[in-house]
Amino acid sequence: MEYGFTTAAYVVAGVLFILSLGGLSGQESAKRAVWYGIVGMALAVAATLIGPGLGNWWLSVLLIAAGGAIGWIVATRVQMTEMPQLVAAMHSLVGLAAVFIGFNAEIEMVRIAALQAAGDADAIQALSGFAAKVAAKSGAEIGILKIEVFLGVFIGAVTFTGSVIAYGKLAGKVDGKAKKLPGGHALNAGAAILSVVLLVMYMQGAGSWTLILMTLAAFFIGYHLIMGIGGADMPVVVSMLNSYSGWAAAAIGFSLSNDLLIVVGALVGSSGAILSYIMCKAMNRSFISVILGGFGNTGGPQMEVTGEQIAIDAEGVAAALNDADSVIIIPGYGMAVAQAQQSVSELTRKLRAKGKNVRFAIHPVAGRLPGHMNVLLAEAKVPYDIVLEMDEINEDFPETDVAIVIGSNDIVNPAAQEDPNSPIAGMPVLECWKAKQVFVSKRGQGTGYSGIENPLFYKENTRMFYGDAKKSIDALLPMID
Amino acid sequence: MKIGAPKEIFEGENRVAMTPDSATQLQKLGHTCVIESGAGAKAGFSDAAYQAAGVEVVKTAKALFEAADVVVKVRGPEEKEAKLLREGQTLISFFWPAQNEKLLELCKSRGATVVAMDMVPRISRAQKMDALSSMANIAGYRAVIEAGNNFGRFFTGQVTAAGKIPPAKVLVVGAGVAGLAAIGTSVSLGAITYAFDVRPEVAEQIESMGAEFVFLEFEQTQDGAATGGYAAPSSPEFREKQLAKFRELAPEMDIVITTALIPGRPAPKLWTEDMVGMMKTGSVIVDLAAERGGNCDLTVPDQKIVTDNGVTIVGYTDFPSRMAAQASTLYSTNIRHMLTDLTPKKDGVIDHNMEDDVIRGATVTHQGAITFPPPPPKVQAIAAAKPKEKPKELTPEERRAQEVAAFKKQTRDQVALLAGGGALVLLAGLFAPASFMAHFIVFVLACFVGFQVIWNVSHSLHTPLMAITNAISSIIILGALMQIGSGNWLVIILAALSVFMAGINIFGGFLVTRRMLAMFQKS
Repeated sequence: MEYGFTTAAYVVAGVLFILSLGGLSGQESAKRAVWYGIVGMALAVAATLIGPGLGNWWLSVLLIAAGGAIGWIVATRVQMTEMPQLVAAMHSLVGLAAVFIGFNAEIEMVRIAALQAAGDADAIQALSGFAAKVAAKSGAEIGILKIEVFLGVFIGAVTFTGSVIAYGKLAGKVDGKAKKLPGGHALNAGAAILSVVLLVMYMQGAGSWTLILMTLAAFFIGYHLIMGIGGADMPVVVSMLNSYSGWAAAAIGFSLSNDLLIVVGALVGSSGAILSYIMCKAMNRSFISVILGGFGNTGGPQMEVTGEQIAIDAEGVAAALNDADSVIIIPGYGMAVAQAQQSVSELTRKLRAKGKNVRFAIHPVAGRLPGHMNVLLAEAKVPYDIVLEMDEINEDFPETDVAIVIGSNDIVNPAAQEDPNSPIAGMPVLECWKAKQVFVSKRGQGTGYSGIENPLFYKENTRMFYGDAKKSIDALLPMID
Repeated sequence: MKIGAPKEIFEGENRVAMTPDSATQLQKLGHTCVIESGAGAKAGFSDAAYQAAGVEVVKTAKALFEAADVVVKVRGPEEKEAKLLREGQTLISFFWPAQNEKLLELCKSRGATVVAMDMVPRISRAQKMDALSSMANIAGYRAVIEAGNNFGRFFTGQVTAAGKIPPAKVLVVGAGVAGLAAIGTSVSLGAITYAFDVRPEVAEQIESMGAEFVFLEFEQTQDGAATGGYAAPSSPEFREKQLAKFRELAPEMDIVITTALIPGRPAPKLWTEDMVGMMKTGSVIVDLAAERGGNCDLTVPDQKIVTDNGVTIVGYTDFPSRMAAQASTLYSTNIRHMLTDLTPKKDGVIDHNMEDDVIRGATVTHQGAITFPPPPPKVQAIAAAKPKEKPKELTPEERRAQEVAAFKKQTRDQVALLAGGGALVLLAGLFAPASFMAHFIVFVLACFVGFQVIWNVSHSLHTPLMAITNAISSIIILGALMQIGSGNWLVIILAALSVFMAGINIFGGFLVTRRMLAMFQKS
C-alpha cells in the first residue's frame, strides 16, 4: 500500500516536471510552469520521505531545511549579471551529489557481498531500504548495477570539476582563455581509456580502489576539458554541463532502480543537449570542435582590414538618436560586465516616449549563457515584446536609422559573411552594418574575447563610441530630449 | 613651417587654396600661414578675414613664394610661378603630371617637392584628401543648376489651375562622383532621372540616389574594382549597343548631363550629332567632360552654344570655380588633411614620409628627382568583386520533385534511425535482465519526451530553462534520501552531504527561476 502510494506520487511528479519544462514556451505560461516544478519536487521529496525503508527522517528534514536556507539566501542576493556562474556552481553540486550516491551504492554492495559470503541470513533479513533491494539482486543484476554505478560516478565527477572550472572562468577567478596542459587531448583520451580499463577491472571484482581511481581520472577530465574551452564558447559549456548533470541523475536512477530519477535525469539531459545544439548552430560550429576547444583551423590568411576606426562623442550619438526614427540596440557581454542594462533601459524608455521605434536584437550566443541578454533586459524592465531574435530582426536593418552595438563583437562581425578565411566564417551574425548608421560602444580598440579583427569597426557608417558602456550611455541620457 | 597661398593667376579661376577656417586648423598643427593680398577676394574671403584668423598678408606673389616653406595652390603652377620655386620648398596643388611633363621637369630642376592633389590614391584612408571627388561633387551639382538655368520649364511636374506641367526628364551619363551628385540634385528638384554607367556594380548606387538605372543587355561587363573604381575603355560592340540605347532615349530627354571620363584618355564620344538632332527644342546638354574634348560631338569647351534645332549645349570647364566659396572651403579642407598627414607629430615640422602610400602616391618630384609615376599602392582600393552565384529558378515540377525527394530522405533517415535504435535495444534486451529493461524503457521514453518538449522553449527563456532544469536535476536528492537510512556510518555521512547539497540546489534553482520570470513583462 505504502509502496503504491510512492509510485503514484512519482507519476504525478514526473508529469508535473514535463509540464514545467513545456510551459517555458512562452513568457506568461512560464510563470505557471515554475509552480508545476516546485509542486512536483515537493511531492517527490515528501513521497520519498514517508516512503518505505527510510531512516534518519529528522536528519533529512533538517539538512533539506539548512540547504534550502542557503539556497534561498544565495538566490535572493545574486545579481542578474552573475547568473552564468550561479548556474555553473549549482551544476557542480549535482555532480558531486551523484559521485557520493554512487560511492554509497558501492559501499552497500561491498557490505552485502560480505554478509552474503558470511551466510548471515538474519543480518540480510534485517536490511532495509536500498540495502534490501541490493541484497535481492541476482548475479546479472549486480553486474548491471556495477556498470550503472560506475557510469553515474564517472559523469558526476566530470560534471563536478567541469562546473567548478566553468564557475571560476565565468566569475573571473580563473583565466577565461582556453588553456591546455602539454599533451592536450591525448591526456583526456588517456584518462578516458584508463577509466574504461578500470571499468573492466571493476566488473571482474578488482575492488573499490578501481572506482576511486576512476573518479580521480574523471575529475581530471572535467577539469582539463573545460580549461581548454574559452570565451565565446562558454554558453555551450554551461548547457553541456547542464546536460551532464541530467545524465548523471539518470545513471544514478538506474543504479537505485528509481524511475522518477531516470525520467527527470533524461528530461534534464536532453534539455541540455538540445540547448548545446542550438548554441553550436548559432555559431556555425560542430559540437565536437567546441568541446575540443579553441577555434578550428582556418584555410588561409584572414582578409586584411583597411581604413580607420573613427571615434565619436556623446553629443554626436545623441544628435543622431534625436534625428532617428528607428533604432536597434544590440547588447553583448560588455553590457553585462558594465552593468549597463538599467541605463540602456532608461535610454530605451526616453526614446520610446518620443515615439521612436526602439527594438533589441539578441544573438543566440550573446553573453555567457543561453538567453543571458533577455534576462538582463527583463531585469531592467525592458518589455519583452521589443526584444527580438536574430532571425526576426535581421531583415529590418536596412530600414533602420541607427544601430547601437553595446559590448558585443563577434556576433556583429561582417567577416563571418565576407571573409571565407575568417575563423568565424559562416556563423550567422546580426547584419547591423546595413543600418544607416552604426554606433559601437566599446571600451577600447582591442579585438575582444575571441581575438578576431572586426571589419565592422572600420566601416564608413560606423562610429566608435569609446568608454565604459554604463558611463557612455549615462552621458547620452541628458542629451536625449 | 610657413604655409602660403598665392592668388590664382589662371584666367577665370576664382578659388583659393586656403580659407580663414583652414588657416585656423593649420595653425593648430603648429604651422604659420601667409597669403597674398586679394587671393580670397573672388571666393568671398577678404584680407581682413584672413588677418582676423591670424594669417599674415603679403603684397605680391614673389614675396609670398619667398616667405612660404609650403605653397598651396588650386591650379598647377604657370611657368612663371614654377620659376619662383626654390630648393626644399614644397608645392601642393593640382598638377596633372602625365599631361605636363615640361612643367614637371621645370619643378624638378628648381629642386622643389611637388605634391599633386590629383594623384592622391583612391584608398579609404585618403578619401579625406581626395580633392578630385570634392570638386566633382560641386561640378555635378552645378551642372544641374546650369541646366536648369538654360531650361525653360520646371523640373518637377505640377497640376495647377493654369494647366498641367509635365516633369522634366534628365539623363545622367557616367555615375562617378560628379554623376551621382548630379543625380541627387536632379532628383531632389523633382525631375524624373535616368542614369547610365558602363560599370554594372554602380546600379545599386544609382538606385539608392533615387534614379533609374538604364540597363544594357550585354554579356561582357566590366569589373570596376580592377581599375581602382574608374571606368576603362569599352569594346566596339559594347559601344554600339550603348549608342543604340542612347538613340532610343534621346527624343524623350529634356536634359542630358554627361560626365564620362576614362583616366589618361580623351573623353569618349557618347552623345553624337544625330542624337542632338533628335532632341526636342529647348532641351539642354551639359558636358562635364568638355575639358577633355567632351562627350558630345558638338561641345565647344568653355562656351555655351545653341544648335540649329534649339538645343543648348553647355561646355563650361570651370564649374567648381563658379561656386568658388564652396569649392574653396572643400579644397582647403582637402589640403589641410594632406598637411595633417605630412605633419604626423603636429609640431609644425613636415615629415615627408615616402613610405606612406598616400604621400608617396601624390608626390611627383622630391629631392631633385621625378617620382612619377608612383609604384602601385600596397592596399587595394576596392575589395575584388566576388563571383556571384545566382540561385536557379525552379519550375514547379522540379520543386515538387525536390520536396518529394526531401520527404523520402527524411522518411528513410527516420526509419533507419528507428531500426538501428530498435536493434540496439533488442541487443541490450538479449543480455540485460528484465528489471533493467523495465527502467530502460522509461529512460528512452523520457528522453523522447524531453526532446519533443524542449524544442518548443522560446529563445529568450533559455536562461530560466537552465535554472529550472538545474533545480529539477536535484531530484537526485531522492537517491540520497533512500540511502540515508543505511546502517553504515560512511554511507550516512555521504548521503547526508548529498541531501544538503541537493537542498541548496532545489531552493536556489526554483527561486532564481521565479525571480527571473517575474521580471519579464509586456510593454
